[in-house]
Amino acid sequence: MAQIIKLKDKDTDFLEKIMELSGEQITLCEQCGTCSAGCPFVSEMDINPSQIMRLVMLGQESVMDSKTMWICASCFTCTVRCPRKLDLSKVSEALRQVTLRGAIDEIDIKEISDEEALKLPTIAVVGSFRKFTG
Amino acid sequence: MAEKQKMIKVYLTGELFEVPEGSTIMMALEYAGFQLKQGIGCREGYCGACATVYREKGDYKLKGGLACQTVVSEGMAITQIPSVPAEKPVYDLNDLTPDVGTFTKLFPSVFRCVSCNTCTKACPQDIEVMDYIQAIIRGDLAKAADISFDCIRCGLCAMRCPAEIVQYDNATLARRLYGKYLAKKSPELEKRIEEIKEGKYDKDIKELKEMPHDELSKIYYKREIKIS
Amino acid sequence: MKIPYFPGCTLKTTAQNFEMSAIESAKKIGIEFIELPRWNCCGVVASLTSDDLMRHLAPVRNFIRVQEMNKQGLVKNENRLLTLCSMCYNTLSLSNLRMKNEADDLQKINDFMHREEENYDGNIEVVHFLSILEEMGFDKLAQKITKPLKDLKVASYYGCMLLRPKEVGIDDAEAPAILENFVKSLKAETVDWDAGSRCCGSYHTVNNVDIVYNLVKGIILDARKNGAEAIITSCPLCAFNLDVRQSEIKKDNPDFQTIPIFYFTQLMGIALGLDKKAVGLEFNKIDTEDILKKKKLI
Ligand code: SF4
Ligand code: SF4
Ligand code: SF4
Ligand code: SF4
Repeated sequence: MAQIIKLKDKDTDFLEKIMELSGEQITLCEQCGTCSAGCPFVSEMDINPSQIMRLVMLGQESVMDSKTMWICASCFTCTVRCPRKLDLSKVSEALRQVTLRGAIDEIDIKEISDEEALKLPTIAVVGSFRKFTG
Repeated sequence: MAEKQKMIKVYLTGELFEVPEGSTIMMALEYAGFQLKQGIGCREGYCGACATVYREKGDYKLKGGLACQTVVSEGMAITQIPSVPAEKPVYDLNDLTPDVGTFTKLFPSVFRCVSCNTCTKACPQDIEVMDYIQAIIRGDLAKAADISFDCIRCGLCAMRCPAEIVQYDNATLARRLYGKYLAKKSPELEKRIEEIKEGKYDKDIKELKEMPHDELSKIYYKREIKIS
Repeated sequence: MKIPYFPGCTLKTTAQNFEMSAIESAKKIGIEFIELPRWNCCGVVASLTSDDLMRHLAPVRNFIRVQEMNKQGLVKNENRLLTLCSMCYNTLSLSNLRMKNEADDLQKINDFMHREEENYDGNIEVVHFLSILEEMGFDKLAQKITKPLKDLKVASYYGCMLLRPKEVGIDDAEAPAILENFVKSLKAETVDWDAGSRCCGSYHTVNNVDIVYNLVKGIILDARKNGAEAIITSCPLCAFNLDVRQSEIKKDNPDFQTIPIFYFTQLMGIALGLDKKAVGLEFNKIDTEDILKKKKLI
């Protein structure tokens, strides 16, 4: 679904910060949309992966309000398909880290119900905590 | 006249003091005039109440130790950690199962361990703290109980853990679960508990309780410990 | 052949069926897994930022353990570290790649771990069990099969971590064949389907299970549509989502037709003549025995 995104003044510090954290040359993105087309989670996201790239490129710190980076599960589907060899999973991780490093967790680890706690495999718990807590 | 006691300079909670060489940190604190109400206990290295962090002159490493056991050195910077804030979940052992799910339920933060080994480096008891945390993560509670056996709950590991894990509470639960559900039952222990209940040792305990300090101390240090 | 083996946390708890079936099957073809004497949780998900070195510590510690095993004579000149779990494979491999490519990072990590008796020298290779089988030759495996899985239609589920990113994938990211070749060597039938490398929802299973339900439904429907009677995986997280979460979907939708989920090593074990106990079928949530009985395999 098309949506209108309002741009604020370009914040190059933000762009530079995300480029440094992710190690990705975000400005190379040609907005082909391949990443969004193949993302298995795109229907759950409020902003498409390629839109995230564009917003970061334009230095729009408002992307931090999006849920997209928290939905991105680092499945690397986009990573192997990007014609510019950009790794969007790293950009998502960088955006998550900006929040987590401010000592704000995305989930409350105490919120797991007792029933789920006894059922969940360790691999799920460790993975989730690494992605959602700082 | 007795030879003059050599003095050295140390920083106690940021302030410079001269204290006798060879003192323990606890002696130094008291010598300098600190009145210890918190962070002091048995004075024998058993109870873990006097956890302290320090840096030695010329060494970048932040070390942990017990104030009653660690000897001061010239230029040492010392801060006592009388208590480590920790939230203690309340549980009834009878409702728990000896598996990893119990930790997901009660101590989910344990799964945040990044294997940095800082806890092991901080432990004054030379416990492989990281290894017992890792054993818990993979559900090996017997191993966790075994490795953590000497833990005195001083809290230094928890103070330094970047993942904010309260290691010793995890270890205590692991040992409890191990003791209750996993350890081989000992008939000798059952027998002894029965004997105690029947009052077989009441007389001896009464005697010990009434014994003067010196005598008690004498027999304490003369005791034999049989390990089979 | 003796090879250092990294189990990972989940194979010691909820995925014991994976570990036992793998160890027993491997024995049948002359491979002995030697578990690292001490090991750390790999961290499950790879650290993806440029500066977060702390999260590479756990993988590197495990690599040092392999070096030590060689020194102690537990293995002979074996610089490979074998994994079964796809996520361990991926996380260890990505960390290893970074350590091999970034000398400065490796130096920093080695310095930080001054308590370790030796430095990581950057020479360990992380391998997945499937790659070992491929290297040995699937035709060789085929020769050892005593119970061909005849007419069993098996969909190969790669998930994400075996194939992506390309630098660590065990096969072509878009057109993999290694699992299909494995299936053929057991004399089972492969299934041509679309969802074989589509994400199962991963760790979202902890706090956003609806995402997982949606993805799992899609994967199972695709497998059904293409005639699969079983799905194989090599990831305990995929297995949990496809198996346990699938059974929950069934509970809420009684008409939903389930498909049994196996670890690839469980079918391998059956084909090599192991009994159902030895491959731990009782740990699988969705019934696996009906289909195997129907095909006269157990
Ligand atoms: S696939 Fe790559 S180039 Fe295309 S929009 Fe996505 S990030 Fe940009
Ligand atoms: S890595 Fe993230 S953005 Fe890329 S396809 Fe996977 S979930 Fe989507
Ligand atoms: S394990 Fe932690 S609490 Fe226990 S003795 Fe060591 S540092 Fe103190
Ligand atoms: S200090 Fe914390 S994160 Fe580091 S090894 Fe110990 S328990 Fe794990």
